[in-house]
Amino acid sequence: MRTIGFILQKEFLQIFRNRQMAPIIFFVPIIQMLILANAATFEMKNIKMAIVDHDISSTSRRLMSKFDGSRFFKVTKFSLSDKEAALYMKQGRVNVILTIPSGLERDIYLKNNPEVQISIDAVNQNSAGLAYGYILSIISEFNQDLRVRFGNIKPQRVKIIKTIASYWYNPKLEYQTFMVPGILVILVTLIGLFLSSMNIVREKEIGTIEQINVTPLKKHHFIVGKLVPFWIIALFDLAFGLTMGKIFFDIPIVGSIGLIFCVSSVYLLVVLGLGLFISTITHTQQQAIFVSFFFTIIFVLMSGLFTPVESMPVWAQYINRLNPVAYFIKIMRMVLLKGSGFLDIKWEFISLFIFGIFSIIMAVWRYRKRA
Amino acid sequence: MEVGKNHIIEVRDLVKKFGSFVANDHLTFDVNEGEIFGFLGPNGAGKTTAVRILTGLLLPTSGEIKVAGFDVYRESNKIKKNIGYMSQRFSLYEDLTIYENIRFYGGIYGMSSEEIGAQADLVLNRLNLAHSKDKLVGQLPLGWKQKLAFSVAILHRPAVVFLDEPTSGVDPITRRQFWDMIYRTADEGMTVFVTTHYMDEAEYCSRVSIMVDGRIEALDSPDRLKETFKAKNMNEVFLKIARKR
Amino acid sequence: MKLLRELIKKEFFHILRDRRTLIIIFGIPIVQIILFGYVITNEIKDAKIAIYDKSKDNITMKMTNKMLSSDYFKLVDIINSDREIEVRFREGKIKEVVVFQSGFAKKLEGEGTAFMQIIEDASDPNAARLLSNYTRAIVSDFIDEINPTVRIGRTGPIVPEVRMVYNPQMKGVFTFVPGVMALLLTLISAVMTALSITREKEFGTMEMLLVSPFRPFHIVLGKVIPYISISFINTVVILLISNLVFGLPVRGSIVLLLAEGLLFIITVLSLGILISTSTDSQLIAMMIAMVGLMMPTIVLSGFIYPIENMPFILQLLANLVAAKWFILIIRAIMFRGAGLTFIWKETLILMLMTFLFTALSIKKFRIRLQ
Repeated sequence: MRTIGFILQKEFLQIFRNRQMAPIIFFVPIIQMLILANAATFEMKNIKMAIVDHDISSTSRRLMSKFDGSRFFKVTKFSLSDKEAALYMKQGRVNVILTIPSGLERDIYLKNNPEVQISIDAVNQNSAGLAYGYILSIISEFNQDLRVRFGNIKPQRVKIIKTIASYWYNPKLEYQTFMVPGILVILVTLIGLFLSSMNIVREKEIGTIEQINVTPLKKHHFIVGKLVPFWIIALFDLAFGLTMGKIFFDIPIVGSIGLIFCVSSVYLLVVLGLGLFISTITHTQQQAIFVSFFFTIIFVLMSGLFTPVESMPVWAQYINRLNPVAYFIKIMRMVLLKGSGFLDIKWEFISLFIFGIFSIIMAVWRYRKRA
Repeated sequence: MEVGKNHIIEVRDLVKKFGSFVANDHLTFDVNEGEIFGFLGPNGAGKTTAVRILTGLLLPTSGEIKVAGFDVYRESNKIKKNIGYMSQRFSLYEDLTIYENIRFYGGIYGMSSEEIGAQADLVLNRLNLAHSKDKLVGQLPLGWKQKLAFSVAILHRPAVVFLDEPTSGVDPITRRQFWDMIYRTADEGMTVFVTTHYMDEAEYCSRVSIMVDGRIEALDSPDRLKETFKAKNMNEVFLKIARKR
Repeated sequence: MKLLRELIKKEFFHILRDRRTLIIIFGIPIVQIILFGYVITNEIKDAKIAIYDKSKDNITMKMTNKMLSSDYFKLVDIINSDREIEVRFREGKIKEVVVFQSGFAKKLEGEGTAFMQIIEDASDPNAARLLSNYTRAIVSDFIDEINPTVRIGRTGPIVPEVRMVYNPQMKGVFTFVPGVMALLLTLISAVMTALSITREKEFGTMEMLLVSPFRPFHIVLGKVIPYISISFINTVVILLISNLVFGLPVRGSIVLLLAEGLLFIITVLSLGILISTSTDSQLIAMMIAMVGLMMPTIVLSGFIYPIENMPFILQLLANLVAAKWFILIIRAIMFRGAGLTFIWKETLILMLMTFLFTALSIKKFRIRLQ
């Protein structure tokens, strides 16, 4: 048992003596969080728009200002020819072209439903879809105005269902509230996976592992000594990240923090086990990095961090049952944002626990002192 | 197999194959307690492989091997408590200080804090490094690193210490000092098993085995080998052996 | 010259012998393309909802049926009390609760107005908004249905005719393939190169190379040429796969595309070299690459999240990310059929970046030699 103490001592000395390591442990979470949480949003605003007005009437001008006034769009080019507008789109200077046909106002009067042409640059199909939605709603509002103005509405008894939407747990629909818990998960994962696997492989690469293998040091002592430092550092970073999240983004922390750390500790078992496993199948730090990166990309993309798990095809959701990151993100969001308790997350917790035990056992079994 | 009172290492018909390549071909030899046993041969002869098998880093393909009275297949961990090892590649942590390295390995071998402290002082004084104990090992010149690595390998007073090409790349003066250390170690009762491709170092050993292409071609004391092969020095002995094949 | 060839060969052997890394380098783009092409999406389907029907009359039944018959929703629970709503949300089993006020049908007939509440679990604000929009759309439809003589709906007078340009089928490939390319090239050209150089430093073999008769310039060249080649091959592979499997077109000049690809490779390469001059440790090099390069490439390049939406500071920061310019260039060439005249500005920026990084690297290198 004492020997674990010696290993821990050596590991911590090595980690912190590396002068560039300490700022990384602090810097990485803050930078990641600040950038990612602020950048990530699917809402659009100031979409660059060109308007080609062939009608030049008061109605067309009102339509233009309706778009210009909306926060979704920014009209950057006015009253051009179709050709010019198309060129601007090709240059990427506008993403949407609204073409108002000549005779718009007249047609509205005459109750011929005139068409307005809208061209959307669909290279980013996400944005295009959103822009489409915004355009439809703006035009729909404008139409309502018109109907009032030109008296298309007959005063008649109509039955209306009014809907009131309430958004719980995130009433202002802030994307950061959604992202930050996920980012914290990524943070913990990076430390637990990359750093641990690289650390062990480093000894392989340098050759000091041979010296260790020749000693009577029991392999599970060695493993504990190698993994525990990163377990501690990851949890510490989590605490740091939570604090930063609170300070900079005012994320809600509704549920029990103790529960969060408890779950994180179990999650780290999974990740550290995987890191150890990776270290047994790689020989160089570079390989360790790449293999870790490979797993991370898959796990993270499918985890529900960026896009909802429920939107994935069924076969993918089945595969996702093996994705520990998905469980952890779900738990984090539930506990932090909704205050879910242990009973609410017990299935996810148990799954993580089983993964953790399995992961460590697999990795320890694979780790051999002998070649 | 009975372990003779004086045989600290017993090897019978050791074979190690890597695929179809035979690295060690039916090696048979004994090492006596307290002697300096030289394992000579050109690069690629299979010396390092044999050492790795004796230290428990590699499993042999076949053969009976006992080190310090323990069987290499089944009692590998007991062997490790009783041996020391200095590998060809570097074995101390460059980003730890001299003292920290000593403390780490001492602890791994189960030495108490007092023992570690005492041994550390001894080593530092002997190597004239007492004032540098907080210096990072990475900052030492190669020769000092080698000597330090050797000292750390015998820190726990093992029965046998294995040295794999310990003087490679080191200047002649340091080599001389290194061998002084080896003599002192043997005097203190530890057996030294040293591999080298420097034939002149063979003169310093009690007995020497010459390995060529995975086989032991000669095994005896340097004097007797020179007599047998009618050679003036070990280099000539080796050349005669090589030519014979 | 022959010496240079030897250096290049040595590096190639290193890479080719490292089967694991190779598999990963070719595996990552394939995996990403599969994930982005088939798995990741924002669309809503089978969203788990619960109904809290305080009325339980024929109108609410019809509305409920209408909702459930769409692919968007899946009924998971019936709620009968206010308290249950909170419990269900906390259990994480449902995303939305639809509440019908009591006496729904009666109020509708009598006063002409009835109220529905749509309660969203907004932990995921995007999904929440989408879901409430869908719900509202269905309600809107339903309103039309119960008012057959009056079209309250969305049509007229102005009819929008929408045309999706460059990507009429709105395929996701268009959005992510440029990003996947940028990411992969960054990984190979920058990260691998940085690691390779720092590894030699860690092992001390770099010193040996430096004192050898090889000129430093040749050493660096010998290191990077293999990575450039691999990146290039990978780019072509990605383009082929996207084209054959997903029908991704290249509407502009392929030669220009590949040339710009090469330029980007060199830009990121110079950045990788710069990273390697900043540290002797592979671990640190990797962390710098991850935080300073990979992460900005994923987040700030416009790959996933449009840059125009980001806070101004981040938009400025995004300009420092080479991938941003590259993605603009790629999108222009591949999808809009743009020629050099359209993208000369971005191309110039990449060149400047390359120049800057290279100059910095040389300067740092010289300083260390002293």
